[in-house]
Amino acid sequence: MSAVITASGLSKRYKSALALDNVSFQIEPGRIVGLIGPNGAGKTTALKAILGLTDFDGSLNVLGYDPRKQRDKLMGEVCFIADVAVLPRWIKVRQAVDFVANVHPRFNRAKCEAFLARTKLQPEQRVRQMSKGMIVQLHLALVMAIDARLLILDEPTLGLDILYRKQFYQNLLEDYFDENKTIIVTTHQVEEVEHILTDLMFIRDGRIVLDADMDTVGDRFIEVMVGADKAEATRALKPLDERQVFGKSIFLFDGADRATLEQLGEIRRPSVSDLFVATMKGTYA
Amino acid sequence: MNTTAWKTMYWLVKREFWEHRGGFFWAPIVTGGVFLLLNIMGIITAEVVGARHGINFGASGGLQRVIADMDAGDLSKVGFALDVAMYSAMGLLIVVLGFVVFFYCLGALYDDRRDRSILFWKSLPISDASTVLSKVVSATVLAPIVAVFTGIVVGMLQLLILAVTLSFHGVNVWQLLLLAHPFRVMFNLVGYIPLYLLWALPSVGWLLLCSAWARNKPFLWAVALPVATGLLVSWFGIMGLFDLPTIWFWKNIVQRGLFSVFPGTGSVFGHQGDFAVSGTPGMDFMDLGNTYQLLASPNLWIGAVIGLGLLAGAVWFRRWRDDS
Repeated sequence: MSAVITASGLSKRYKSALALDNVSFQIEPGRIVGLIGPNGAGKTTALKAILGLTDFDGSLNVLGYDPRKQRDKLMGEVCFIADVAVLPRWIKVRQAVDFVANVHPRFNRAKCEAFLARTKLQPEQRVRQMSKGMIVQLHLALVMAIDARLLILDEPTLGLDILYRKQFYQNLLEDYFDENKTIIVTTHQVEEVEHILTDLMFIRDGRIVLDADMDTVGDRFIEVMVGADKAEATRALKPLDERQVFGKSIFLFDGADRATLEQLGEIRRPSVSDLFVATMKGTYA
Repeated sequence: MNTTAWKTMYWLVKREFWEHRGGFFWAPIVTGGVFLLLNIMGIITAEVVGARHGINFGASGGLQRVIADMDAGDLSKVGFALDVAMYSAMGLLIVVLGFVVFFYCLGALYDDRRDRSILFWKSLPISDASTVLSKVVSATVLAPIVAVFTGIVVGMLQLLILAVTLSFHGVNVWQLLLLAHPFRVMFNLVGYIPLYLLWALPSVGWLLLCSAWARNKPFLWAVALPVATGLLVSWFGIMGLFDLPTIWFWKNIVQRGLFSVFPGTGSVFGHQGDFAVSGTPGMDFMDLGNTYQLLASPNLWIGAVIGLGLLAGAVWFRRWRDDS
């Protein structure tokens, strides 16, 4: 199957800064890709380019369309949730469902109503009367009822409490995702998505600094915990990062020999957030 | 357009109505209600004052006799007065409609950028041209239709109130009502809407363009830009270069660009010089045969073409403005 997104030489310059710097990547169908980077790294710009919301240099193909020229067609097969606060505040649940049902050819009304029935949302309730968590429930119910090939989530759970956050990703996995769909998600709450991701992309200063699937990440990156006596020897192997916990040192290695490390101490798979922190070291300095 | 496009447009306009129910629906209803209330209060005051001073207008059936003695010409004047009563309700509604459309257009492509709900609307497979078109239709067709129908209902009620009041003074109600031309009034009002659409296009286009383009304060930009240009033009006497008086700029650019959303301005400002009113004097100038003489005015058509150009600009900015 051909790629869902193919980007090559993607660049975007705002007045003062380079938001995307000659970025190239490819995303295959049936993946859940985490696009992760510090504030201002270019995540949102990349998503906007994919959605045809902004102009850019380079070439980009999304589901066979050029998002600059064929945006109207593209949006028939792409959904996105920008963040929690973008549903119009005046709209009622009933109106939102009616509207999307009548303008979106791939919307399944029964499905949407089934999702809504699991929430406390009332048909006559307006968005302005809802909590952030309820707004996201409504938005998710609308989006999950659309049979789209690509779903883009930009900080979808920002400002939600843990119950809503967990439920959000659980709904996506159980009721929405399948091998024909692709999800791209950006978030700062890395711990909550790392178990559902199939692919990881780190972006820093407009460049992609890591682009790998989770299995590769597990093979490439190894964390080893060593006592003070072996710390010097480990340091000589040029770790990516080092931190101290309870008098022991934890070293993070990229592509080191597993057998060698096993002799130095206890090895384990690093969490995505530790990997992220190590990779992005010095970003704000 | 095929059925899907029509259906999408219907729902887009419906969406506008949902969002702007206050301006499109309640504003004319409340205005009409207030108009009727003021009239009733006026009549009651007149009756009370009259009774206190022992005047009972037409109590002896004198008024009825006066009408009976009227010739055809006098009767047509009574009919004219009743038509005026019906149009007068519309007069107030038209001013309100003008304000509603003006501010609706200024906010139509700006408010959703400010609260970022544009990101939701843009996640749906709707072209930016359809979005802008739906705003134009809401401003120039939906809003006037609601206003005109409210105006007609209010006008009829107004006639009824007058008739009932007079009936207390011994005047036969139904005979009197037959002298009015409510259907002609309705026909003229409804028929004016397409003309309004054409005439309002440059204003609607300009306001929507500002709405789609301004990063903040679209009202200030929409008003300040033409006025500042007008001041510069006046100051440096630039119009002299084209052998035109400075007032030309104010009249044809500033006033035309900003105030054409007020219904009736076309009939007042649109003509170069006089135009011939046919028929008997009175409210006949509202007859479509007269109002539609505006179609012969280049002012209308040049404005409409410029309006379409401005709307194309609004669509472009709606597509590419990237600030949310």
